[in-house]
Amino acid sequence: MPQLEFLIKCGVYGLMGLGIIAAVGAVLLPNLFHAGLALAFVLVTIAGIFMSVGAEFLGMVQILLYVGGVMTLIIYTIMLTGRLGAKDVRAQNRQGIFAAIAAGFFVCWIGPLILKTGAWPQRESDSAPPLLSVEDLGMSLMTEYVFPFEVLGVLLFAVLIGAIVIARQDRPS
Amino acid sequence: MDQMFVNIKAALVGLSDKVFPDWVGVLVSIAVSIVAIALLGPLIMMYLTLIERKVVARMQNRIGPNRVGKYGLLQPLADGVKMLIKEDIVPRNADKVLHLLAPILIVAPALLVFAVLPFGRNMTAVDLNVGILFFAAISSIGTIGIFMAAWGSNNKFSVLGGMRSVAQMISYEIPMVMSVVPVLLAVGSLSTNAIVEAQADWHWFVFTPWGFLGCVIFFLCGVAECNRSPFDLAEAESEIIAGFHTEYSGMKFALFYMAEFMSAFTISGMTTTLFLGGWQGPLLPSWLWFFLKTYGLIFIMLWFRATLPRLRVDQLMALAWKFLLPLSLVNIVATCIWHFLSDEAFFTPAAFLVPLALLVFSYWGLMKLNQPYMPEKRVYPLVD
Repeated sequence: MPQLEFLIKCGVYGLMGLGIIAAVGAVLLPNLFHAGLALAFVLVTIAGIFMSVGAEFLGMVQILLYVGGVMTLIIYTIMLTGRLGAKDVRAQNRQGIFAAIAAGFFVCWIGPLILKTGAWPQRESDSAPPLLSVEDLGMSLMTEYVFPFEVLGVLLFAVLIGAIVIARQDRPS
Repeated sequence: MDQMFVNIKAALVGLSDKVFPDWVGVLVSIAVSIVAIALLGPLIMMYLTLIERKVVARMQNRIGPNRVGKYGLLQPLADGVKMLIKEDIVPRNADKVLHLLAPILIVAPALLVFAVLPFGRNMTAVDLNVGILFFAAISSIGTIGIFMAAWGSNNKFSVLGGMRSVAQMISYEIPMVMSVVPVLLAVGSLSTNAIVEAQADWHWFVFTPWGFLGCVIFFLCGVAECNRSPFDLAEAESEIIAGFHTEYSGMKFALFYMAEFMSAFTISGMTTTLFLGGWQGPLLPSWLWFFLKTYGLIFIMLWFRATLPRLRVDQLMALAWKFLLPLSLVNIVATCIWHFLSDEAFFTPAAFLVPLALLVFSYWGLMKLNQPYMPEKRVYPLVD
């Protein structure tokens, strides 16, 4: 049904546009708290784009980890350090040129890859392998990629213990 | 009777197919689901307020609202009208945009979660294959709305309430997600429909040792997630004058309540889906079973509210991190043992007793370890 596909396309392009606007806001907004919220919105739109191309698991994990976890912590920090949320705090640094160079390199690197994939959206051909399910993901994590998985597990465990050690109050002896 | 709502929807779509081209039918089908959910959420919220006031009143030996309509049945409508015609006050130094956006951002996730609740056989609005993950992810967005409300109000009490609320929501989210893992292990799918289907023939997960524990942990964490008493530190009226929604009035204030009541409903609905067999049940239509079980759980929530005093902050955190989290981790191990001992059967004595013993032992151990320091009883020799 071409009409529906057109509508979906409109929705996805709208999502992308909102994401770009919010991303610009996250960089340029003078208030750190607003910038943090804009960043959260960018992450939600990215999750929406993931959902629209069938990567539901990725989209949901994106929201759960980044919006629910990381962004909450960032905003929490801004709120806790009361001064950071104030209006007279400088929210930008003077590294625009370096950022532009880095962004240019990134575009040069990712651009050819994007051009290689051809017209969007990609059609699912009959010969193409089916989309990866959560089960496949779990299986491959537990078989083929078990070593990096375990290393990450140990790393996170160490970080967790470190956090507890830092946060622990010194007992009066 | 069982498929009544499904048939109504099919009839509506069929009607549009006769008049319009087929792609309109798809849109109509989507619109019907959206309208049904968008109406159901506020409707449930309206009558939950009445139920809450009535039940709590009865428990406190009062009668509760009984003036508007028979048994006070029109009270929610009267409240709604009152809320809508109230003056909308925005503090002068508030962040106007955030102050306006916050209630919307809190209600939207609470309503979105309804999309994956299986209300009855074939009655899931969107059968996502990552349904449970969707539930966890979307309900975690609510914290950002609370932040916006707290910060945008520019009020110390609001910020305090917001911080309390967020600390609480982050802490309780972890045992909550961990207590769902056993169900996912047993079913092998994240889809809410598949989870309900797996509990056919009275194989409700609550009847297994790990399911019972998971159910209790999930429900408790859910009560904490939607800031209801006894975990309502974030909105403690006596300490911080209702916290993050202090500076709201009129319909904006009502939207916070709407979000809270809708998430109370979705938490109960999710507990029903995950552990109490969802819409499975004999004789009655499936959707009636779902609502019966869900309202049973909501009644327990109201019972909590009427009987339990509010927790202290340290008690709240200790409960989540030192008790519920280790217990839910042990629960995952117990589920694995159950899975390998039971050998595809739902009930075998060995598969029942070994996890039960493990869970009882770890419960006892955690209780021992968590025992608060009790000073020895003072003796006053001269008094006696």
